[in-house]
Amino acid sequence: MNLQRVNEIIDGYDADRVATLAILQDLQAEYKYLPREALVQTADRLSMPLSEVYRMATFFRAFSLEPKGEFTIKVCLGTACHVRGSVQIMEQFERDLEMKAGETTPDGRFSLEGVMCLGACALGPVVVVNDEIHGEMSPDKARQLALKLKAIEPERVPG
Amino acid sequence: MIEGRTVTICRGTGCESHRSDQLHAMMEAEVARLGLPVVVKRTGCHGLCELGPIVTVEPEGILYLRVQPKDIEDIAKSLMDGDPVKRLLYRHPVTKKQIPHYRDVDFYSKQTRLVLRHNGHIDPESIDDYFSVGGYKAFERALWEMSPEQVIAEVKDSGLRGRGGAGFLTGLKWEFTYKAPGDIKYVIANGDEGDPGAFMDRSIMEGNPHSVLEGMLIGAYAIGAQEGYIYVRNEYPLAVKRLRIAIQQAREHGLLGQNILNSGFDFDVRIVRGAGAFVCGESSALMASVEGRVGEPRPKHVHATHKGLWDQPTALNNVETLANVPIIIEQGSDWYASFGTARSKGTKVFSLVGKIKNTGLIEVPMGASLREIIYDIGGGLLKDRAFKAVQTGGPSGGCIPATLLDLPVDFERLTEAGSMMGSGGMIVMDERTCMVDFARYFVDFLKDESCGKCTACREGIKQMLGILTRITKGQGQEGDIELLEELGSVVQQTSLCGLGKSAPNPVLSTIRYFRDEYEAHIYDHKCPAGVCRELITFYIDPELCKGCTLCAQRCPQEAISGERKEVHVIDQALCIRCGVCREVCPSEAVIVQ
Repeated sequence: MNLQRVNEIIDGYDADRVATLAILQDLQAEYKYLPREALVQTADRLSMPLSEVYRMATFFRAFSLEPKGEFTIKVCLGTACHVRGSVQIMEQFERDLEMKAGETTPDGRFSLEGVMCLGACALGPVVVVNDEIHGEMSPDKARQLALKLKAIEPERVPG
Repeated sequence: MIEGRTVTICRGTGCESHRSDQLHAMMEAEVARLGLPVVVKRTGCHGLCELGPIVTVEPEGILYLRVQPKDIEDIAKSLMDGDPVKRLLYRHPVTKKQIPHYRDVDFYSKQTRLVLRHNGHIDPESIDDYFSVGGYKAFERALWEMSPEQVIAEVKDSGLRGRGGAGFLTGLKWEFTYKAPGDIKYVIANGDEGDPGAFMDRSIMEGNPHSVLEGMLIGAYAIGAQEGYIYVRNEYPLAVKRLRIAIQQAREHGLLGQNILNSGFDFDVRIVRGAGAFVCGESSALMASVEGRVGEPRPKHVHATHKGLWDQPTALNNVETLANVPIIIEQGSDWYASFGTARSKGTKVFSLVGKIKNTGLIEVPMGASLREIIYDIGGGLLKDRAFKAVQTGGPSGGCIPATLLDLPVDFERLTEAGSMMGSGGMIVMDERTCMVDFARYFVDFLKDESCGKCTACREGIKQMLGILTRITKGQGQEGDIELLEELGSVVQQTSLCGLGKSAPNPVLSTIRYFRDEYEAHIYDHKCPAGVCRELITFYIDPELCKGCTLCAQRCPQEAISGERKEVHVIDQALCIRCGVCREVCPSEAVIVQ
């Protein structure tokens, strides 16, 4: 893996340990997950044990150690959405996409995860697909959305 | 007549998810096309999120709701002929009358908007707009006319208490930080807002970011800090963007940086983004993550006001708390203290969500009753169902039942009732909400968010979750409720931080007020609210079914059979109780038993 970008990100924070969280956030944004090689490089450059970096990477929910799918579906499981039926929506996605929450499909097409409150409670239940917010969802609408996404032609993902 | 008119478009997260950014662009284009001398302005969250996208016309104060792209032309036309677009006006739910002006709409008129007073009026990306409503005058007053001690005294006298949940006297916190030895001090704004169902701070950061900066400036001046941090949770990218712009603008105007306004006072602010950990809303965990470490709380026998960020005296305040400060300095502590109750002064912004009609943000004086909030302002329950309970304080709080609807909302009264103020989330529940499932939900959330350091919290919550899960599956046993109470008590007393200490609250408060519901699950194997999957069945009422076949078409398990125009039947062996049939049935013929 080409570590140039990783080094650029680390250099942007002067390789300061204090900025570990920010560095990991930038790496996550860059690669859509935290590749092992990037973590090793970060530990090396910041003179931290790899276990410490790994600890940071696994403590915070924003980070993923595995690549995300072409479509990342986030179902809001916040209280307001829960009361309006988000559990049934999650289960509907699990059925229609044949996967479980927290996983990515083997073909790399879909990632499904539950998130804790996006702060858009008035639109609940909320589902976000790759930064696009779908409000006022329901189990049936979830099914329709899943079918629609499945029908989209897979993209050639580079690399 | 048309001169001097302004059209505002709400660009808060809620309305933006309904593409209000598109509406904004279209409105600008239409106004330009017609050559109208009208200003089109973006504003922050009004709070009436249920009925967005929201557009207003000033100076009349006309309110347009649920605006769509196809409405833009008509709105532009109405600017020319002065005749409001009737179909977009608010309609009173009972009288059915159209109410064109927001000042006459109950949702707005019954609120006391102090912190939110400029939301929906100023452009959050314009420091000039903020200046035009008197922005930064409070800071200048503090800087030039008051000593740090006087600022602290004013904030103390106002009675302002922390709006993040703990309710500690802000002036006192500042006084401790001011008196702490050391030259390097910090001010931190806590914008982590992790409580699910709460989005007050988001709206303040998105809708009036300068008010937060001004509060921080006044605080920094009072305690003698040179650096500040605003910790914004990861899930709020728009808030981060608006704060960044505000900081840049403040710097350009000499309000942040070195030698502010030539006073010799230095102060600058940096934004730190959270990374998806609820526990980082806890002050010591937040500081740890700013320092580049894992967000684990530490014991606070030495307070952060003495040794906080990097072991320096630190004043950490919630975003809403800080937004109150300029108001206090500007209007005076007496004026501020005239709102609220004896021990809870001022106003509070609440997020009213769940099974409520007017979902959104509201601001009321401390002491307003739950009834006023839920019915007068909130518009009552969806589908006019019966009110069952309201959860306040998020995962740290508890539920308040219908018998306490007249409870005045303030710190002490909510705590007495077994809940707490928390950050301001109010989740309204009706008869279709199962209280056991609800408690289980919170415990499940806390199990994932516990940092894991304290055995009682880490293991105790897990065990409580196990018991609650069994109960919701119809496997509850004699003694389970008592065990939950015992476990809850241990976790409360032996956890290091607020997360653990308050984790049992949702369970204990639901047991307190809804013990019969727990008992129904355990002894009768029934879920009275019709929620717990293993304890309910879905059944099509033959009297109501019209045979439209919609349910059969949509059922993911193909468990419903029936011919067109004939009563449909659910095969219980195949039914997974997903709820799709009940949702799509136009005749409300699907009953849960």
